[in-house]
Amino acid sequence: MPTDGLAVTGLSFRYGSKVALKGVGLEVGPKTFCALLGPNGAGKSTLVALLTRLLVAPTGDIAIAGHDLRRVPRKALAELGVVFQQPTLDLSMTVRQNLTYFAALHGLSRAEIPGRIVSALDKLSMGERIDEKAGALNGGHRRRMELARALLHQPKVLLLDEPTVGLDAATRAAITAHVHDLADQGLCVLWATHLTDEVRDTDQLLVLHEGQILTSGQCGEVRGNISLSDWFLAQTAGPP
Amino acid sequence: MIAFWGVTRAVVGREFLRFIQQRERFFAALVRPLVWLLIFAAGFRAALGLSIAPPYQTYITYETYIVPGLCAMVLLFNGMQSSLSLVYDREMGSMRLLLTSPFPRWWLLFCRLFGSTVISILQVYTFLAIAAAFGITMPPLGYLAVLPGLMLGGLMLGALGLLLSSIIKQLENFAGVMNFVIFPMFFLSSALYPLWRMAESSPLLRDICAINPFTHVVELIRFLLYLQLNFAALGWVVFWTVVFALAALWGYDPARGLMRKKT
Repeated sequence: MPTDGLAVTGLSFRYGSKVALKGVGLEVGPKTFCALLGPNGAGKSTLVALLTRLLVAPTGDIAIAGHDLRRVPRKALAELGVVFQQPTLDLSMTVRQNLTYFAALHGLSRAEIPGRIVSALDKLSMGERIDEKAGALNGGHRRRMELARALLHQPKVLLLDEPTVGLDAATRAAITAHVHDLADQGLCVLWATHLTDEVRDTDQLLVLHEGQILTSGQCGEVRGNISLSDWFLAQTAGPP
Repeated sequence: MIAFWGVTRAVVGREFLRFIQQRERFFAALVRPLVWLLIFAAGFRAALGLSIAPPYQTYITYETYIVPGLCAMVLLFNGMQSSLSLVYDREMGSMRLLLTSPFPRWWLLFCRLFGSTVISILQVYTFLAIAAAFGITMPPLGYLAVLPGLMLGGLMLGALGLLLSSIIKQLENFAGVMNFVIFPMFFLSSALYPLWRMAESSPLLRDICAINPFTHVVELIRFLLYLQLNFAALGWVVFWTVVFALAALWGYDPARGLMRKKT
């Protein structure tokens, strides 16, 4: 089990009689960008809800930076940064107010919060937006702000659930590149997506289909000589 | 411990920011009891005779009688408003942010409850100040003595709102809450008429009013405003606060509760 990464074993979950995840296991180490690729309805959002403890699975284990999410949820969640698919900003509050609120929710002290906010925003070239209302920002800036927010408490694991949905091509490329850089700098990144162009050949690839992990490996090796898009379509055309 | 306090400050601060940004909500919350006090009560003053009953030691006007009920009404509507905003938060995603904080979920929900109750109490005191300006006053120390009662009543009704927010799936379903929770709770209580008056019309209705948790909030406030403690009302309010809070915690429990159906 990687101490600074993410480890999941035997995770199953159902909504009533409908199976959403079946025996999912994965391991992502630090300094790794792992793309969790799956078509719509594959179970990505359920997996994200379980990893963030919005839901708790009856079976299976999750360890975040070595902390068991079931036994020590506080320690585990303290090491996790999340960017949800659905925007989670309070549009009536400024960028600073949004980030201050989040930092307090993660137990950062009053003294260290302002410095952390400025530093996180500067890294995403958002420093000059600090006193703007979140509602006045465009989609790309809102996403960057959510990314800055997810990194405020300096987590070891970063989880992003389809973070580029609804963004233009340039913004998508910039955010994808930035998160790859974060992984290169040591972060463990799990990036859930259904867009194959966001995945690089050097990335770790996990394919989730109908609640099960179909494939795991380095993207370049897994796809071979065909494009990832074609390979992915072929893999997910039928039942697993 | 400092971090726990930091979470409380952040959640209450956010509620306060929302409150000052939504001035229309503040005025709406005030207009409602003032309409009852200055129009409804004035009209019914002659029709409704009230005998001397505790905590009152002399004859009182109908306006004076309904002030505690209207204070509780502010708490009730605010508790439900808070429930509405929790459903909105869930639809908008900001609830996820709160629930993925590493702090215990019960503490996060309590902070949310406490924040909305503080806002309710501010509104109650504004209402009491306006009532006093119209000559409807209470014993001066009563304004201070009622504070714990307002806090407890606000927490009880907020916990009920929290429970409802874990049950209500969509914002649109909120109208049902108005019809099936707020109105029955308010009208089947001692807010507008004493229970002995209700018994004259229907003993059954009186019994229903007597078990309504909202009646006990009203009576707790009424007695505290006159520097007396109604132990039965206090006991019932504490009991229902615990019941609603535990049920709400169950509703928000990620392993067992109703969140399973709609995260």
